[in-house]
Amino acid sequence: MSRIEIREDRCKGCLLCTTVCPKEIIKQADRFNQHGYKPAEVPAGDMKKCTGCASCATICPDVAITVYKTKKKAKKGASHG
Amino acid sequence: MYQDEELVFSCPQVVADRPTHYCPGCHHGVAHRLVGELLEEMGLVEKTIMVTAIGCSVFLYNYLLVDAVEAPHGRAPAVATGVKRAKPDKFVFTYQGDGDLASIGMAEIMHCANRGERVSVVFVNNTVYGMTGGQMAPTTLIGQKTTTCPGGRCAEREGMPIKMAEIIASLGGSAYVARTALNNVKNINKTKKCLRKAFEVQTSGLGFGFVEVLSACPTNWKMSAIKANERIANEMIPYFPLGVFKDATADVTGEAAGKGEEGK
Repeated sequence: MSRIEIREDRCKGCLLCTTVCPKEIIKQADRFNQHGYKPAEVPAGDMKKCTGCASCATICPDVAITVYKTKKKAKKGASHG
Repeated sequence: MYQDEELVFSCPQVVADRPTHYCPGCHHGVAHRLVGELLEEMGLVEKTIMVTAIGCSVFLYNYLLVDAVEAPHGRAPAVATGVKRAKPDKFVFTYQGDGDLASIGMAEIMHCANRGERVSVVFVNNTVYGMTGGQMAPTTLIGQKTTTCPGGRCAEREGMPIKMAEIIASLGGSAYVARTALNNVKNINKTKKCLRKAFEVQTSGLGFGFVEVLSACPTNWKMSAIKANERIANEMIPYFPLGVFKDATADVTGEAAGKGEEGK
């Protein structure tokens, strides 16, 4: 499963990541972080839609997002569908 | 990290693990990361001396973990000239804003480029003086309101915004000159490629490398970060066309340099 990790203490709530996500799964949280910004988050359950494209991390001015991508399956596994 | 996944994006080691003082949506963070990634990828971290300028990016030495010299306002290209001539085996770049480079530092950048010093310049253009509170810069667009032109910049009174990339490209010593933007993922990736070229003309000894990076200042533009990114596409790029204005490496291989048309 591809996924992103948002460092909430680094997020300044600029929301640029929400504009570039192709699956539109990044939303603004209702809570405040320690700096008083409302950080970006992925609501529970939506993370499975993440494709690991890293667009959000590329545009994040605070380098607050780490991206993990699912490893491509070996050819043997792919033949089983 | 789980077994079935791989890390595809993380913060480069050379970028310090500390929060920046920049406002939400400020593009300095993206520019810092791109420079940091390139220094790592090109193996230059140990031999880099960066020359930082005055402006919001004055604290760059807190965020990029390489050796640095802090230059007086606008004089970064002059300081970089001295550093490079004293230590020709080092990689020297300056990181300047538009108030620093295009206004008070105009003489230094022009002569540094004209002499063809083997340094690279990262020029972050956000059309306003950010640190001092949003005064008019030489690059402020016509009609843009700032604290020193509250009615909007007027061409008759203040002149037209200066197009630095075109000016630098017309000078004899420059080897690579490009203008890029940081408003979307495609342009960010393109910026990284252009920065790499600008760094390479220095490492290969060809001459002066210059990249003008159009970036947002949501605070002094008095708009949200998302609106600021739209402004880059709708107002800045039509006046400051993106593209490669000079490429000495292309001349060597016989390829034609871009004519500044792409990205319009």
